[in-house]
Amino acid sequence: MPAILVLADGTKFRGYSIGIEGNVSGEVVFNTAMTGYQEILTDPSYTEQLVTLTYPHIGNTGINSEDSESHKIFAKGLIIRDLPIIESNFRSTLSLANFLVSEKIIAIAGIDTRQLTKHIRTYGAQPGCIAAGIFDEKDIAQNANKFPGLSGMDLAKVVSTDKEYLFSEGEWALGSGYEDIKKTSYNVVAYDYGVKKNILRMLASRGCRVNVVPANMPANKVLALNPDGIFLSNGPGDPEPCDYAIKNIQTLINEKLPIFGICLGHQLLGLASHAKTHKMKFGHHGANHPVQDLETGKVFITSQNHGFAVDEKTLPDNLKATHRSLFDGSLQGISRIDSPAFSFQGHPEASPGPTEMSYLFDKFINMMIKAKKK
Amino acid sequence: MAKRKDIKSILIIGAGPIIIGQACEFDYSGAQACKALKEEGYRVILVNSNPATIMTDPELADATYIEPIQWQVVSRIIEKENPDAILPTMGGQTALNCALDLDKHGVLKKFNVELIGASKESIDKAEDRQKFKEAMERIGLASARSVIAHSIEEAIQVQDGIGYPSIIRPSFTMGGSGGGIAYNKEEFLAICERGLDASPTNELLIEESLLGWKEYEMEVVRDSKDNCIIICSIENLDPMGVHTGDSITVAPAQTLTDKEYQIMRTASIDVLREIGVNTGGSNVQFSINPEDGRMVVIEMNPRVSRSSALASKATGFPIAKIAAKLAVGFTLDELKNDITGGQTPASFEPTIDYVVTKIPRFAFEKFPQADSRLTTQMKSVGEVMSIGRTFQESFQKALRGLETDADGLVEYSNNIDEIIKELREPGPNRIWFVGDAFRSGLSINDVFKHSKIDPWFLYQINDLILTEQEIKNFSISSLNAEHIFNIKRKGFSDSRIAHLMGCMEEEVRNYRHSINLHPVYKRVDTCAAEFETKTAYLYSTYEETCESNPSNNKKVIIIGGGPNRIGQGIEFDYCCVHASLALRESGFETIMINCNPETVSTDYDISNRLYFDPVTLEDVLEIVHKEKPWGVIVQYGGQTPLKLAKGLAEHNVPIIGTLPDDIDAAEDRERFQKILVDLNLRQPPNKTARTPEEAIMHAEDIGYPLVVRPSYVLGGRAMEIVHEQSDLERYMREAVKVSNDSPVLLDRFLNDALEIDVDAISDGVDIVIGGIMEHIEQAGVHSGDSACSLPPYSLSKEVQKEIIIQTKKMAKALNVIGLMNVQFAVQGKNIFVLEVNPRASRTVPFVSKAIGRPLAKIAANCMAGKTLAQQNMVKEITPPFFSVKEAVFPFIKFPGVDPILGPEMKSTGEVMGVGKTFAEAFIKSQLGSSVILPKGGKAFLSVRKEDHLKVLDIAVSLKNLGFKLVATKGTAKAIKNHGLKVEAVNKVAEGRPHVVDMIKNDEIDFIVNITEDKRAIADSYEIRRNALQNKVTYYTTIAGARAACVGMNYGEELDVASLQSLHKISS
Repeated sequence: MPAILVLADGTKFRGYSIGIEGNVSGEVVFNTAMTGYQEILTDPSYTEQLVTLTYPHIGNTGINSEDSESHKIFAKGLIIRDLPIIESNFRSTLSLANFLVSEKIIAIAGIDTRQLTKHIRTYGAQPGCIAAGIFDEKDIAQNANKFPGLSGMDLAKVVSTDKEYLFSEGEWALGSGYEDIKKTSYNVVAYDYGVKKNILRMLASRGCRVNVVPANMPANKVLALNPDGIFLSNGPGDPEPCDYAIKNIQTLINEKLPIFGICLGHQLLGLASHAKTHKMKFGHHGANHPVQDLETGKVFITSQNHGFAVDEKTLPDNLKATHRSLFDGSLQGISRIDSPAFSFQGHPEASPGPTEMSYLFDKFINMMIKAKKK
Repeated sequence: MAKRKDIKSILIIGAGPIIIGQACEFDYSGAQACKALKEEGYRVILVNSNPATIMTDPELADATYIEPIQWQVVSRIIEKENPDAILPTMGGQTALNCALDLDKHGVLKKFNVELIGASKESIDKAEDRQKFKEAMERIGLASARSVIAHSIEEAIQVQDGIGYPSIIRPSFTMGGSGGGIAYNKEEFLAICERGLDASPTNELLIEESLLGWKEYEMEVVRDSKDNCIIICSIENLDPMGVHTGDSITVAPAQTLTDKEYQIMRTASIDVLREIGVNTGGSNVQFSINPEDGRMVVIEMNPRVSRSSALASKATGFPIAKIAAKLAVGFTLDELKNDITGGQTPASFEPTIDYVVTKIPRFAFEKFPQADSRLTTQMKSVGEVMSIGRTFQESFQKALRGLETDADGLVEYSNNIDEIIKELREPGPNRIWFVGDAFRSGLSINDVFKHSKIDPWFLYQINDLILTEQEIKNFSISSLNAEHIFNIKRKGFSDSRIAHLMGCMEEEVRNYRHSINLHPVYKRVDTCAAEFETKTAYLYSTYEETCESNPSNNKKVIIIGGGPNRIGQGIEFDYCCVHASLALRESGFETIMINCNPETVSTDYDISNRLYFDPVTLEDVLEIVHKEKPWGVIVQYGGQTPLKLAKGLAEHNVPIIGTLPDDIDAAEDRERFQKILVDLNLRQPPNKTARTPEEAIMHAEDIGYPLVVRPSYVLGGRAMEIVHEQSDLERYMREAVKVSNDSPVLLDRFLNDALEIDVDAISDGVDIVIGGIMEHIEQAGVHSGDSACSLPPYSLSKEVQKEIIIQTKKMAKALNVIGLMNVQFAVQGKNIFVLEVNPRASRTVPFVSKAIGRPLAKIAANCMAGKTLAQQNMVKEITPPFFSVKEAVFPFIKFPGVDPILGPEMKSTGEVMGVGKTFAEAFIKSQLGSSVILPKGGKAFLSVRKEDHLKVLDIAVSLKNLGFKLVATKGTAKAIKNHGLKVEAVNKVAEGRPHVVDMIKNDEIDFIVNITEDKRAIADSYEIRRNALQNKVTYYTTIAGARAACVGMNYGEELDVASLQSLHKISS
């Protein structure tokens, strides 16, 4: 079945379909990670995005029952160079193609993904439309143009959980799967702006009783849960329109509660502290990004997935920069100096990507211990 | 932490000669290290015995010592140069072992030299099997179940707990030397014996077999601030049981999920930390059970390795350069990633958007007695790497890049039993048998069951076979643009497509070009296009957009030599690199085409542009089409580009230097003969035979002994000396297939002739002799296998003069522009021309180092239009010191192979010894090739009847040197008649106790063993093999033995001298 990808600027890539028939528009972004397509597809942060993976063979290890970051595929579409003839991995239970079809995803393969990546690098992330099956190229181009873009789009609210729930699954280990956490020591409320499961798992494995709450749950209700710490999750879209979240976070900061934010959560902490965010040209999406811990000078290889960023130049006096990207010097971590709140732009929970930033979770736990002592 | 200021000078130890398991990759790493440290202002001192390396070019270090890599010698260098530190991680196992020796003998302490890049403790921990295992346990990583043994008795005792098959790995050896897989007790004992011998610490690791498990490698770099990055993950297509160096490998790893990959990533970093690799690159090998993902650590190398060279070329990340800078205190975040023009730091992990395939190249045709089954001991002599956007494309490009007459998955067999056997017990051609298996109807499951190759790869290969069936149904006229695009996208070569469709390669190409279908070129940029790159490191693929962006500059393409093989190795890469450097200096834009990941030529910063593509007519034509060069150099990369010359010329490719037609005139027997006749020069009497009968008839005319060989061969393939008609009949029956198209050449063999090699340069008008080399072994031993001396050590001045005249005549007649090599045989005053090659020869780097002028550079400039006079190369340079080149052989790796020298080349590498006298240079050349001349003891002599007189002076010398003499009966009689005391001993066939018993009992210290005809060779095989196995110094030629006596007579202590100081005195 033929398929096409048309970008808003009219650039066309012809390939073949590896998902269902139809067409879909979204923001086209590229991710340079060579492994972890299952995690990427199921990461809620990819809502409204058509993701292209720069590694040419995608689907080599199939899909398994353990590696999803949520209950479904959130990416709006998938764009790859080659879907291999067969998957091969001892944990695989399903092929990628079958997964895409069962999740009703439109996807295209067989295109020059390197050229697409260069295009995005040069002209910036932009709307696009994938069509599979029978289509009129003109309509597809129009569809691409109709997509409004992510700026100003509050998606956290859209993907967040409707009601609060407890999460007690711990981290994954080869051979034994996910740990079942029975004993907990810290009561953590995690705002779900589109949270990845591995964040919750890493909290649970560190003894957190994780209470996942909707994005718009008011601060007073959160406080009523008597938390030892607040977690601000990752998520899709622009942080700026999430005024409800910003307001709630401001209240919680004032309570001097330990707060840890990741990705969108980091941007919201910045906004709540009166820093400013902006949309990046094509963002950071990959698993090889060097980030320097400004305190120790040590460099970490991190997993990244963001299209918006907190602007370091706008940091108020009560926020200090803690991490910086060595790729483009952009701000990667902040910390309040007047309150136990900190956040990280990349993904310390990895999944996919290197796991070496996990010390930030330990830092959060230590903050809670310290706060409890007081 | 920034650059260390407390050290000012650094000694880099090289890897020595090219041997199996240690090849050009250490020239790549050493050259990068030299450049990196010099760039930082350190005084760099270098020791390496291998003259054919770029790293030993005098410009690369401040003081370059071409000396044996042996602690006593290195100690003298340290004494003389007084370095503050030693960097031992760039020269493979040789350098590490030398560093450990220097430490053990107190040299480091005495001269207060610090090891940088690796500590003694970390080397020990990584290399000592027991310590390594314990270390892995400490960090919670599983290893294969294993036990350590230090003797045969102990080995037998502990083996019980392991079971068969078991893997035997000797400690502190490289390339799995001495190790193997034992399926039964007999094999176990044999391998243990060999392994104990090979291990310098007499230690073996006996390990549970993980046969059939998947194998992976991780390339890791760590700095002093504990910043760790993974440069590349590699997955072996061949599962456990085949040495990584002999395995087809693919980057990045294909069949790991992110979770599994991250476990391996974290584990490899933990390994570096635990072992204590504080700065630099290492590789860590893992094995994974495909059933449940259980992961075990196999081993690690605390230094740059063959895999790091591969990882560097596969990703564009210069591991050796970075490792050298980390060793002097820099941290990763302080260093820039060159390939992105410094936009990004070196502290990141390369991500790639293509697939890399490496396939090893073997040389079993040279060693027919060797066991060609692949095991844990490395047996390949070279490798090819290729890059494609998909596995299929990359894999098929690698197949054709190997140059083994396979332009794809060619058919090997349709015998199902043979196929299954090859799948189960892998040999050098297993991958083609996988193709045959599918052709013969075996299912993917069957093939998996037999080979344990991951189904992911098997499906890909099966798909290629299915595609081949489809191609067979096409013809040029039924193809359309979409078909051919899809076929080319899977990596099929034009010639394979033509073969399958039953047409000519040219027809496929013409069709493809008629629809304007050319490959595009993508860039290797370390970042999957996330950042812009100006570095033109390119590979071909069939995609939409081309990123080549060729310039309009005046440019020269240099065609490289492809994978290393016996007869074509690092020497040719050296020449290609020099051509590129010289022409860049002269203002040209230079473009390199090559596919050998080990080499310096495939470093992205050697040429202005690098095309990492197979060196085949199709691939080169496409690049020429894209680049439109002013000139193309074909005479530097050995036979590989030379073979393409005709095809390129037919496509009007502007070849510079000697014209293809003149090259052909030198290679074509009849044309060349005519030229010699016209010039009034002599050849040994010779004839060409097209039938066995004709051969016998011609043989009678010429007279025996004869050198016989098939026409058009490289490295003396199937070349033999025959002494009588029955010999010749056997040869015609067994060794060659003679026909009209492939005639056999018969040459009169010149008894006791000296062989002379000459390298010369011509600019088309003037001709200058680069060097005259007198071979030590007599004519009949392949020139690549003989030792030689520059200047000649016994050749008369008159003969030298005459040789120069003859060389110049031939260069003129062949219109040589560039390099030319001539081989002469000299019998008394008679000079015979054996061969002329109007191209770079194996000896060019040796001569250049000996005389202090870069011949390859000068010749490249000649090809580009400069005269010799403009380059101040007007007369021959005769240095006031001796340089001796000695060949190095892989016999120890091939049990069962006779280590005798003959007309067929068998050496893998070479060393150079430099001395004030021939004797000193000769000893050093022997020491450099790990031949230690004994100081006394018992010498055993056994020579042919015709040598009975010639052996006498050797016997006298040995006697005077204090040796007791032992000889076989005939030889003993001759010696006794000469009035010397000698003990007679039985030949093997004469009953026990015989000479081999004595060798085995360590009673013999020196052996001279000369044999010739087939039978005598077979009879004395045991002598040579046991001498080799028991490390007894032996010579199989009178000339070699005589030179050894001269060497042993040299009484003074060996002196060391840098090339820079030597060149100063000769200029």
